[in-house]
Amino acid sequence: MTVPLARIAHCRSGDKGDTANIGVVVYDERHYPALVRELTAERVKEFLGPLVQGMVERYELPNLGALNFVLEQALDGGGTVSLRTDAQGKTYGAALLAMEIEVDG
Amino acid sequence: MIRIANGQGFWGDWLEAPVRLIEQGPLDYLTLDYLAEVTMSILQKQKQENPEFGYARDFPPLIGRIAKQLPARGVKVVANAGGVNPMACARAVKRAAPGLKVAVVLGDDVFPRIRELCEAPPDNVLAANAYLGAFPLAEALATGADVVIGGRYADPVLAMAPMIYRYGWTETDWDKLAGGAVAGHLIECGTQATGGNCQAGWQAIPGLAEIGYPIVEAEPDGSFTLTKHPASGGVVNLATVKEQLVYEIGDPKRFITPDCTADFTTIALRQDGPDRVRVTGVCGGPRPEKLKLSVAYAAGWKAVGTMVYTWPDALAKARAADAIVRQRLAQLGLTFDAIHTEYFGVNACLGPAAPPNPDPPEVQLRIGVRGPKRADIERFTREMIPLVLSGPPGATGYGEGRPKVREVVGYWSALVPREAIQTRIEVLE
Repeated sequence: MTVPLARIAHCRSGDKGDTANIGVVVYDERHYPALVRELTAERVKEFLGPLVQGMVERYELPNLGALNFVLEQALDGGGTVSLRTDAQGKTYGAALLAMEIEVDG
Repeated sequence: MIRIANGQGFWGDWLEAPVRLIEQGPLDYLTLDYLAEVTMSILQKQKQENPEFGYARDFPPLIGRIAKQLPARGVKVVANAGGVNPMACARAVKRAAPGLKVAVVLGDDVFPRIRELCEAPPDNVLAANAYLGAFPLAEALATGADVVIGGRYADPVLAMAPMIYRYGWTETDWDKLAGGAVAGHLIECGTQATGGNCQAGWQAIPGLAEIGYPIVEAEPDGSFTLTKHPASGGVVNLATVKEQLVYEIGDPKRFITPDCTADFTTIALRQDGPDRVRVTGVCGGPRPEKLKLSVAYAAGWKAVGTMVYTWPDALAKARAADAIVRQRLAQLGLTFDAIHTEYFGVNACLGPAAPPNPDPPEVQLRIGVRGPKRADIERFTREMIPLVLSGPPGATGYGEGRPKVREVVGYWSALVPREAIQTRIEVLE
């Protein structure tokens, strides 16, 4: 069954210099294995396209049912330099919520 | 158990929050986090213009407002409001609240020494500060001060200082310090831990207009309970706590503070009654060998211009206007490092992840430029308004006039030996 990520998880994102991070947390722990399987660093990088110029690294926090994505060169130079409306990546987490995810039953 | 609350998540946060934290329930320590990277360069400029400025100027009037309640309720304040001029800040606090004892921790400002401390720092440095740890702040609390003021502190450190002071933790109590660091991280952004900016079920979070700021009930073993005053709005649950735990972190196994590292994968959470989350099990590691310097430098100029286009063909009009501006800029031979166009209402924030919006009723064209020459950026600010008469039809929303040219502040960081940074404490009785 395919659902938008928003159905199984919530997110918060922010910045450190030109690096953004997106924390993704499942509402229900039984969805964590599907999250780990589906939400790879590659898919996140592809989904955000030209917003992220550098690498995407993924970290697992199974104790919180969470993944943390660290996105390099993702803020057009960083908060004070960037010309973007969202110079601090505050909405990147919300962006991810639209991604279609395959979940088990 | 000691109660530590954070009443400001940044300079500009809700002015009523610290007052409500003191009035709505018991508290031992009130921390106030005023500084972001960009704040230090702004403060350094203010100090250059007036040697008595360069600190968070909201802070002294706030202390004046709560001066009677602080001793009456037994609350001590720990704040990084000092910015680049902590002594001037302390003097202003004494003027606003003459009866309070104020301690100041000095030594983070290395602006005058930057070339001696670092190889090849950037040109045009505006501010340079070391991120200090919690131990000097704990020492300042030991003087019996009502208000402890510091300059550049790593954000979680403000909450760690009272724990170190009250529980006598030492520099090798890594697990306890790591518990304190997690507590500090959870409350450093104010209401992001109590239902503010919360994606999880935001529609159902009650009382955001009266939202309660976060309170840590810290235990001597490094564990703690996150809560808020019962009379306040917002909510504390596993979802609000988890969202803040993953906010602005890197490798969760190695969350770095000047005093320890914390392993976020060892955190155990349990809902412990309404608006109470118990946090236990945090494992820590040794502090990093060096301290981090944050260096702000002038990195050119930028400006952002906007114009609104309406239906029909709002997006097509905005795209045509963008092409016109770019062609005119190219003909003028101006030098830019970047020209960036967004169509606000279509794709400005979410980029390719934005849901399709093929026929929007209105679109704001937003063009930003950045470059080394101020004159070229100034010239750009003259190229938006002419679109009103000479571009596609239906341009509006230009009431603010020409865009403003702003200085771009870049950031650079370096690591320095701990011995290079000496702190000292001044007390104003």
